[in-house]
Amino acid sequence: MTDLSGAVDILVVDDLDVTFKGRRRNQKVRAVEGVGFTVREGETFGVIGESGSGKSTLGRCIVCLVPPSGGRVLHFGKDPFALSASELRRHRRGFQIIFQDPNAALDPRMTILESVREPLDVAGIGTAQERRVKALEMLDRVALAPELALRYPHEISGGQKQRANIARALVLEPSLIVCDEVVAALDVSIQADMLNLFAKLQREFSLTYVFISHDLRVVAHVSDRVAVMYCGKLMELAPAEDLMAAPLHPYSQALLSAEPEPQPAHLRNKKRIILKGEIPSPLNPPSGCRFHTRCPIAVAECATREPEWREVLPGRWAACHFAGAPVPAVSDATVEVLRP
Amino acid sequence: MSDAVAMAVERAGVAPPGKALLSIRDLCVSFRDDSGWTQVLNNVSLAVNPGETVGIVGESGCGKSLTALSILGLLQKRDVLRTGEINFEGRDLAKLSEAEMRRVRGRHIGMIFQEPMSALDPVFTVGDQITETVRTHFNVSRREANERAVAALAAVRIASPQNVVSMYPMSLSGGMRQRVMIAMALVCEPRLLIADEPTTALDVTIQAQIMDLLLDLGQRTGTAILFITHNLGLVAESCTRMLTMYAGQVVEDGPVDKILMQPKHPYTAGLLGSVPQPRQRKSLLPSIPGRVPSPHEMPSGCRFAPRCTYVQPPCLAPQALLSADAERQVRCRRYDELTLPGAIS
Repeated sequence: MTDLSGAVDILVVDDLDVTFKGRRRNQKVRAVEGVGFTVREGETFGVIGESGSGKSTLGRCIVCLVPPSGGRVLHFGKDPFALSASELRRHRRGFQIIFQDPNAALDPRMTILESVREPLDVAGIGTAQERRVKALEMLDRVALAPELALRYPHEISGGQKQRANIARALVLEPSLIVCDEVVAALDVSIQADMLNLFAKLQREFSLTYVFISHDLRVVAHVSDRVAVMYCGKLMELAPAEDLMAAPLHPYSQALLSAEPEPQPAHLRNKKRIILKGEIPSPLNPPSGCRFHTRCPIAVAECATREPEWREVLPGRWAACHFAGAPVPAVSDATVEVLRP
Repeated sequence: MSDAVAMAVERAGVAPPGKALLSIRDLCVSFRDDSGWTQVLNNVSLAVNPGETVGIVGESGCGKSLTALSILGLLQKRDVLRTGEINFEGRDLAKLSEAEMRRVRGRHIGMIFQEPMSALDPVFTVGDQITETVRTHFNVSRREANERAVAALAAVRIASPQNVVSMYPMSLSGGMRQRVMIAMALVCEPRLLIADEPTTALDVTIQAQIMDLLLDLGQRTGTAILFITHNLGLVAESCTRMLTMYAGQVVEDGPVDKILMQPKHPYTAGLLGSVPQPRQRKSLLPSIPGRVPSPHEMPSGCRFAPRCTYVQPPCLAPQALLSADAERQVRCRRYDELTLPGAIS
């Protein structure tokens, strides 16, 4: 947790479990299980996963919206869940989250300026005039025209609303922002604008991001390192470039090959791994390796023995018995040649 | 519309009639609201040949879904004005009565929409809904309809179709629901399938399954597919021809691979450039400034001009759909002089 220079990591997630009560008695949803990683200051840490992978729960736990059931989350080496309620409220200012749906996060009865100013009002920072000036400055930093400040959410576009949400998260000058599917609802050209804005703000405010998305392209574009989640567990953790070039885990390989490429036929990667079956329910996760029910290279051992989370190559972690080793031949039934 | 534009549109009349399965000419749609009539589709022309998969791409509000709904005659009749020809198997669908249209929909043209849950009725079983489609269009017994429903579910690779027929949509996952939708759309063996964002609500590994299924079925049954999506990757991997729509117009039309290699319309190039590429990690993404104009504030000239990097004064006059070569059309007067970045630039 502490490197040689004595600097403390901004975020440490250590063997984290988050369990929810199910609908029935004694039923448990293990949304996140045994997840551990460290995020360095100024880094963009990507988290990719499909529905039910636990990526959003992880994001919420990082900013103390959900308590861990086991393990720890450390902010600059300190456990925020050990703080008193009032200390936590103050501490939270440094760790913000932005959600996918820009509508849900803005109060329809507040103007954009009021929404952006609200966190300052709640925190009681400065005078009313200072707070207004600060909020206006943030709107400028996210490139929202000043004439939009007095509009209501329904009067502006989805992209503009998402900018307002970013301004709202930034106004308390956080150190870390969890971005949970922040570009998923946007059209591709607006999405590009927004990704550029995130990069610009990171430089200007020396921000650390935990960037959660289901979109491999987006995550790989913005992140330094990427964690791949499946059914509550980490499958792989690697620098973004390495993950895109040569994923070690069969699930990462399938995700990468499932991503459609906007390239002419002769330039495309010709093989696609089509996974069988459905994403398992976190209510009833598979035994052994969580991915074994859909894994093209699974052997009998995978159903009984859970693979160890290990550093396969320097800086590259994976939970697969075969990661880095020669793999058993992939059956042809799961690999199909692409058309047309 | 000026004469020059009218002529160009005339010339742009896609594949020769009679050969194409579906051929749309000069489809215009207007809506009426408090401020009068507003045109939302402007002279849309397109053709789908038998067995072909054609993609329509564009951002929200460009008229992709509206084109699909117009073909199917699913726009409401009040306060909507539709002109132009929709030739399908030798008939002009635009001239059919609602009763005649009902015999075409579901029987000769199947459809799948983005959100399967809103297209499935929650109070009927999967089997009820598929047999209803079969019995509406074919004079068959309940029992035979049920057999066809089971066979259709098996065809979409549902593992235990006998069980799934008696299930309700709510107990199925998103991917399974979309399979049921596909089964329902294909059970009458239509000649054309209109798929409007069929995988947008699904996870990427499930999307891969559904796309594979859709294309496999299309190929095996010879069903042509009109595939509407915002995802250029899906178009690249599934379609032979594509159209780009912008602000209610077709701005580019041609073979997918040629357009991807070298788009001729700046909007198509802009869409391609906005997709993050693994090789350009962390770099500034080329985005398209501004956004799609609303139908009320449509630019009078080239509709893309306010957002276009290559705009010149003559672009402020209306642009016709021009034939770039035998296979390609583009609504940009500068297409010949511009070298736009494609997928591999």
